[in-house]
Amino acid sequence: MTKKNQQLIDRIADEARKGRISRREFMNYSLMAGLTATTATGLWTTKAAAQPKSGGHFRWGLHDGNSADTHDPGTYLSRQQIYLAHTHRSYLTMINGDGSLGPDLATSWEASEDASEWTFELNPNASFHSGRPVTATDVIASFNHHRGDDTTSAAKALLTDVTEITADGDHTVTFTLSRGNADLGWLMTDYHLAICPANEDGTIDWQSGDGSGPYKIDNIDWGVQISLSRHDGWHGEGAYFDSVDIITLNDPNARQTALVTGDVDAVSLIELKTMALLQRDPNIVIHNIPSAGAITLPMHCDTAPFDDVNVRNALKLAINRDEIIEKITFGAATKGNDFHHSPAQPYFPEGIEQREYDPDQARSLLKKAGAEGLSVNISTADSLFSGAVDLAVLFQEQAKAAGININVVREPNDGYYSEVWLKKPFQMVSWGARPTPDVMYTLAYKDDAAWNESRWQNERFNELLLMAKSELDQERRAEMYREMAILAKDDGGTIIPFFNNFVYANRANVGTPEELAASWENDGARAASRWWFTD
Amino acid sequence: MGDIASLILKRLGLGLITLLIISIIIFFMVELLPGDIAQAVLGQGATEENLAALREQMGLNDPAILRYFQWLGGALTGDFGESVVTGERVSAVISDRFVNTLFLAAYAAVIAVPFAITLGVIVALLRNTLFDRVANVLTLTSISSPEFFLGYILILYLAVKAQMFPAIASLSGDLSLGELLNRTFLPALTLVLVVTAHMMRMTRAAIINLLASPYIEMARLKGTPPWKVIVRHALPNAWAPIINVVALNLAYLITGVVLVEVVFVYPGIGQSLVDAVSKRDFPVVQACCLIFAATFILLNLAADVGAILTNPRLRHPK
Repeated sequence: MTKKNQQLIDRIADEARKGRISRREFMNYSLMAGLTATTATGLWTTKAAAQPKSGGHFRWGLHDGNSADTHDPGTYLSRQQIYLAHTHRSYLTMINGDGSLGPDLATSWEASEDASEWTFELNPNASFHSGRPVTATDVIASFNHHRGDDTTSAAKALLTDVTEITADGDHTVTFTLSRGNADLGWLMTDYHLAICPANEDGTIDWQSGDGSGPYKIDNIDWGVQISLSRHDGWHGEGAYFDSVDIITLNDPNARQTALVTGDVDAVSLIELKTMALLQRDPNIVIHNIPSAGAITLPMHCDTAPFDDVNVRNALKLAINRDEIIEKITFGAATKGNDFHHSPAQPYFPEGIEQREYDPDQARSLLKKAGAEGLSVNISTADSLFSGAVDLAVLFQEQAKAAGININVVREPNDGYYSEVWLKKPFQMVSWGARPTPDVMYTLAYKDDAAWNESRWQNERFNELLLMAKSELDQERRAEMYREMAILAKDDGGTIIPFFNNFVYANRANVGTPEELAASWENDGARAASRWWFTD
Repeated sequence: MGDIASLILKRLGLGLITLLIISIIIFFMVELLPGDIAQAVLGQGATEENLAALREQMGLNDPAILRYFQWLGGALTGDFGESVVTGERVSAVISDRFVNTLFLAAYAAVIAVPFAITLGVIVALLRNTLFDRVANVLTLTSISSPEFFLGYILILYLAVKAQMFPAIASLSGDLSLGELLNRTFLPALTLVLVVTAHMMRMTRAAIINLLASPYIEMARLKGTPPWKVIVRHALPNAWAPIINVVALNLAYLITGVVLVEVVFVYPGIGQSLVDAVSKRDFPVVQACCLIFAATFILLNLAADVGAILTNPRLRHPK
């Protein structure tokens, strides 16, 4: 091998160690540099593939923290609370880096045939930071915190089907549901459902901040900084850092500067506008991960003019998604196809024809509906996401080609979700990621859902939704989700321009697994227990 | 001196009435905001039942007037209540933050006040020279730029390029005084740049205003050197307006720093006020605003007392 080639291969290996190129890219580059596939594989495992190692103090900058945050899992809302929960508390299950469902506190779980009874086996080695083992009592108390008439938990709706939770010994918990739900294991990853120590009276002690996660809290100043150190008795794998600081950096510039100057090792969000510039810094690695979070434009299907499916489809055709992704998200998004099922979720239906920008067809649909010269208002607000108002204005321009006049109504940021959402007939909404299509559809597309934001009523869709919910056969289930996707796309009342990507970054000396979970930023909010320092 | 004591008492009494009026205004402003605490706490994920349960738990179902008087009753006995959102004592929530804010304000003031007044004296002495012009242009530029922009510029040159100071001023546990001063230098410098121009120009104007007086001319005629004319003769009579401006700027250092806090991630009281408003956490909003209002009232009082003390004529009214 020539000297030049050797240098090239060293450089490729070095890039791979830093996590800047994936295994596949590494193999491609190595083959191009003249190695055989076998040698390249060997090189990957010995030299390039990053081996996690322990040690160091990880400083993690977050974009959403408030000084009024608390430890109450029922009112978890800010990223600070959610990230902390994944660091100091445990859930029954967790979403793995490759998007599959894996164990956390529960080592195994199985359903009865109709999926209405689920049994979770708890890890007998799991313990709280106080030293007490985690038992079925704690799990039951933690779930009851979100149930009952007087609960203040935002996760109540998620657990309405759960009729009873019983313990069988210290390490077995059984959930009985009023109807089958094949996704219960996935639901357990919802960020509210953290397991807290139970009190004598069956309530939970969330106030103390005790948990059974990989790190324990040493010092907490909400909205400023949280200091944690490793919980030696943690039941999981990982937790390579000795200690972790979670630092609230709400200002985008402060976050970026802190990362550039090395005041923090990783940040949860970077500005898309400066992403390309930041990419040039050799000390920084940017991750651009497709997520299940989406921007939706729901139209009330029971209100004129949106009660005509031709009008709805005309509007869907009048939006140029490619231009929006390029100009509003700077490429950091996955194109939507008007059904709320992201490629980052399980059972994604491949191969459904993509709806493209077609003003001419939109015009002819309007003609069919007798709604030529359509004029509609769309409500939006700056706080929905960066570029929300710009998106509406761009859509306004694009729709002109189809003869549609869209008035952009800019609503106040404050109280958008209480005063505008679900009330205005056509508007813009930002949805966080949900673990499965069932959760998403049940929440916002089911005929009687409180948040059926498009007021869409489709008999076949709702029938399929209920059937798929308790269907344990994966293939048949995927088939049902495909049919539902097509129904939502062609009959539904929601335009989905894109699924937004998570774009976050870390210093090059932070090692990250090859695949990063897409449930939250920073590897499913588990950077503290999954990442490591390479130097 | 009895006059001063009675003046202080009278002004403090008026100050209390002002605070009362402010507390009423703030309460109803918070009430007027769209949405309520329960919605702000539970966010997008709330259902009607959740909201009702949380409102009940937080005592939001009582009429607004009743809640205001409940709060006022506590406040009059020195009890500012508990944060509606977290249930913590308001005093515990904001005391650390307030100490941080005072520290940053003091740090900036210790640099800015002597610097601005000295500079003001020098430019008065060298008025209409190149130095005067340059000093004016520079200080006016810094006061005309928004604080966050000044902060970004300082971060770019002193933190990112020169790497002399940390870009974020996050305070953790036990820092030595030296480290603390180093960590908070950039936010303090930003504030210095923001307040210097006002004080410097007032010093300059007040002195130049006096330079036309006959007694200054007398001093010049008897051969006093120009710096002595200004420092010994003009400055003592110029103190009153300068003290007023200094007091205003000191108040600004405490109440107007939220942007600087955000840019440098400094845990001060401005940030807790913003957080509390976004959550509609009325007791915290109220406590922060009253602290700000009291700061203004007390510093204005101090300015008036200072003006009287430096002017013998005001001390002995005819």
